[in-house]
Amino acid sequence: MSSRDRILARVRAALADVPRTETPEDVEVPRAYDRSRSGPDVVELLIDRLVDYRAVVREVTDVVAAVADALARRGAHRVAAPAGVPAAWLGGVQAVRDDPALSAADLDALDGVVTGCAVAVAETGTIVLDCAEDQGRRALTLIPDYHLCVVRRDRIVRTVPEALTRLDPSRPQTWISGPSATSDIELDRVEGVHGPRTLEVLITPAL
Amino acid sequence: MATFIGMPAFPEASARAVGDAQLRHNLRKATHTIRARRAAVVAEQPDWAGLRAAGAAIKDRTLRHLDVYLERLESAVTAAGGHVHWAEDAAEADRIVVDLVRATGETEVVKVKSMATQEIDLNAALAAAGIRAYETDLAELIVQLGDDLPSHILVPAIHRNRAEIREIFSGRMASWGRPAPEGLTDDPRALAEAARLHLRERFLRAKVGISGANFAVAETGTLVVLESEGNGRMCVTLPETLISVVGIEKIVPTWRDLEVFLQLLPRSSTGERMNPYTSMWTGATEGQEFHLVLVDNGRTSVLADRVGRQALRCIRCSACLNVCPVYERAGGHAYGSVYPGPIGAILTPQLRGLTGPLEESLPYASTLCGACYDVCPVAINIPEVLLDLRAKVVAGDHRAERLAMGAARRVLDHPKWLALAQRSVGRLRRWTPRHLPGPLSAWSDTREVPVPPRESFRDWWARRAGEEGGR
Ligand code: SF4
Repeated sequence: MSSRDRILARVRAALADVPRTETPEDVEVPRAYDRSRSGPDVVELLIDRLVDYRAVVREVTDVVAAVADALARRGAHRVAAPAGVPAAWLGGVQAVRDDPALSAADLDALDGVVTGCAVAVAETGTIVLDCAEDQGRRALTLIPDYHLCVVRRDRIVRTVPEALTRLDPSRPQTWISGPSATSDIELDRVEGVHGPRTLEVLITPAL
Repeated sequence: MATFIGMPAFPEASARAVGDAQLRHNLRKATHTIRARRAAVVAEQPDWAGLRAAGAAIKDRTLRHLDVYLERLESAVTAAGGHVHWAEDAAEADRIVVDLVRATGETEVVKVKSMATQEIDLNAALAAAGIRAYETDLAELIVQLGDDLPSHILVPAIHRNRAEIREIFSGRMASWGRPAPEGLTDDPRALAEAARLHLRERFLRAKVGISGANFAVAETGTLVVLESEGNGRMCVTLPETLISVVGIEKIVPTWRDLEVFLQLLPRSSTGERMNPYTSMWTGATEGQEFHLVLVDNGRTSVLADRVGRQALRCIRCSACLNVCPVYERAGGHAYGSVYPGPIGAILTPQLRGLTGPLEESLPYASTLCGACYDVCPVAINIPEVLLDLRAKVVAGDHRAERLAMGAARRVLDHPKWLALAQRSVGRLRRWTPRHLPGPLSAWSDTREVPVPPRESFRDWWARRAGEEGGR
């Protein structure tokens, strides 16, 4: 008998009180919580939450100009860009494509990364990346110190349940709620430990 | 807070904490700060009660059919290219991980803190096999470089002030890797930057990462890790091989069920609307080799106890610690396991059995004020389990007679404080043994509800102390 079989046998023995005919679905789960909600405008709410996390956030109409402006203010010259980020966004900088895949050291030497996002959750100020074409693999948004994320209005939902229904579990995901942070030193909050220390968000019109 | 959402490790009990006024002050400040933050973000969530009831029910569904979900998880992970291993106890789990690391030929691993790996004492097993495990949480780094023990669950390095941390970094970083910058100041920003640089090099060259998981989705095989600093992302993303060590109770049935726990956990744990980073991955991801080690290590014994079973709902948020008057006084070390506070008081005696003085005394390390139950996001009725365990201790044998030097002792050195806590907190709350709600009423209606010993911790201690003859 393998450890697997022994553990499963012990689980079954432990559950001797559960009627044999009971199925998992017979255990009722009351879902008396909100899957969606009404409230303030989701864009305003998202901005409010992001500012709360000390992310830089702006609502813009001209994405090309806004990206160029953000990168110029940051002083970012060599910038990682996944395949799905339009070349037009990156006119003023040297765009470094992740093809062939950049090494961790290569990524570490770049000034930042520009991506889109899969979903943004207004209530929690969360940006979700799912490694789609305009977001790239996970290391791309992890190693560079500056992350400029373009969020289309139609990607914004209000609640966490709404976000999950839009996401595909088979894709690797990173949920980002503000820059990384620690309070390990005398409870003082310090933003930015290992992830990008600066998160800048541009909210653009829906396509 | 520590990068890890939930509870970091506590090694062997240490009496050092009690009586250190500065540490006591820091600890109180930490628990009260987090407690207030939690209360604020829970209050703004209009459907909190509904989420809490759903969270409890989802976990009960999982536990009542755990065999089904374990097999589902296994096939989903396997179908997604991952490898699943099963460990009956700590020794087997350690052996599996050591063998997996050896197979890669590596002698270094990076770790994101996890309670499961602390529970099985993985770092010691790796060290014995000549493998160096680097903890990557900032607080853990301070502790590891200082050759020290963590002192608090939420902020393990709270006993170190900034000047000491500067000393540790300047003096010790060089012997572990990249040295601290010249002229390092004690500004927390500068210290965090020094840690960033020191660990960065390690992350970028790491070939093997080891993690736990907050949740494992049976339906899809997805693992979920919540954290703050980004060291978790580094550990699960960059290495070529990822090994995740996960207790068998960490399962949730479906992807949709995450909508409940991703709301309950961050608000309960660090008091944030959402923690800075959450990573989710399914099987072998982006060319990585992925191993999932499922650990029993006493959990099936907990599962067999119809009252105590609910302890396996725990999502390790640590909210119950922050409201516990006994924890605040005793500190984490008194609980003698990696699981401190109220959850430790019910989990440790069940995982290990009522096998010794410590385990038998833990059910008494409570005033039964009920604050832990009120804040628990999965509605674990901790007082109910404590009373049930007390009944078992009493019904046991003479072992109860030699409890006195157990964990509770340190709290009891200050009975006045405890009396005060009971007056100020205990009276505000009402605890009555109750039947379990909804789908679980079948359990509580049919089982014999033991008449709970109504003895408080303080009374028990007074009686014990008397019987011990002022030892
Ligand atoms: S018992 Fe409840 S409150 Fe305590 S850590 Fe577990 S989930 Fe959190």
